[in-house]
Amino acid sequence: MSLRPRIKLPESVTPGEIIEIKTLISHIMETGQRRDKDGQPIPRKIINAFRATFEGQDVFSATLHPGTSANPYLVFNMKVPGPGELELTWVEDGGAVTTERVKLNVAA
Amino acid sequence: MERPHRVSVVGRRDVLVGAGAGLLLLALGRGALAQDAKGPPPNPYEQALDKILGSTKPSPGKITFEVPEIAENGNTVPYAVTIDSPMTSADHVKAIHVLSTQNPLSNVASFALTPLSGRAYVSSRMRLAKTQDVVVLAELSSGKFIVGQRTVKVTIGGCGG
Repeated sequence: MSLRPRIKLPESVTPGEIIEIKTLISHIMETGQRRDKDGQPIPRKIINAFRATFEGQDVFSATLHPGTSANPYLVFNMKVPGPGELELTWVEDGGAVTTERVKLNVAA
Repeated sequence: MERPHRVSVVGRRDVLVGAGAGLLLLALGRGALAQDAKGPPPNPYEQALDKILGSTKPSPGKITFEVPEIAENGNTVPYAVTIDSPMTSADHVKAIHVLSTQNPLSNVASFALTPLSGRAYVSSRMRLAKTQDVVVLAELSSGKFIVGQRTVKVTIGGCGG
């Protein structure tokens, strides 16, 4: 699955700061409600879950439904506990997983 | 003369059997009516709401729910939810649920937050099939639910067709 997520983080952060994390992943988010030109239902295929952890600790997660738009865009916050790595995971219907790891540039 | 007589015998049995079946139908009918009295079959929104809330009742709370009043394209309607919460381990928002009231599938998204989230905030984009109310439920660490609601006018519906 080459979904190439885009992640936007502040360039540098300080411990204790509440930062904003923006993510976007390219995906059609096929609802399963549509029919093709022959009248056959188009099977559902969406990103059904997203999860953000920092050094193994849960920060934020999402269960997405077909009511979420194509190319799911998510913005959430994190209170920076200290230096570490942010792990972001997207799960597609069928179980394919996309994972991105980003090191936070924490000022001393 | 024999024919009408036979017909008449069968007819009498039919009447008896028919009466029995009639009573049974009546009883079944009553049962069905009693179910109907509880309300019409739940729509997707009510089902989704019940699944999230169970037996708890949400109360209106400090939810800031930002959506456009008029969405030109129902395929991608931006929204943001903010809840006034200290986000400590003792008092935080555990989950935020976004539900459409008129989409064929009501659920838009559910978000789980932790004290590490720092702020009870989420922003994303949803599909809206037509003009409708959109409901936000926030589940607090105390187990309470608070609710917010906004109407979005949709010019061109999303959800494909």
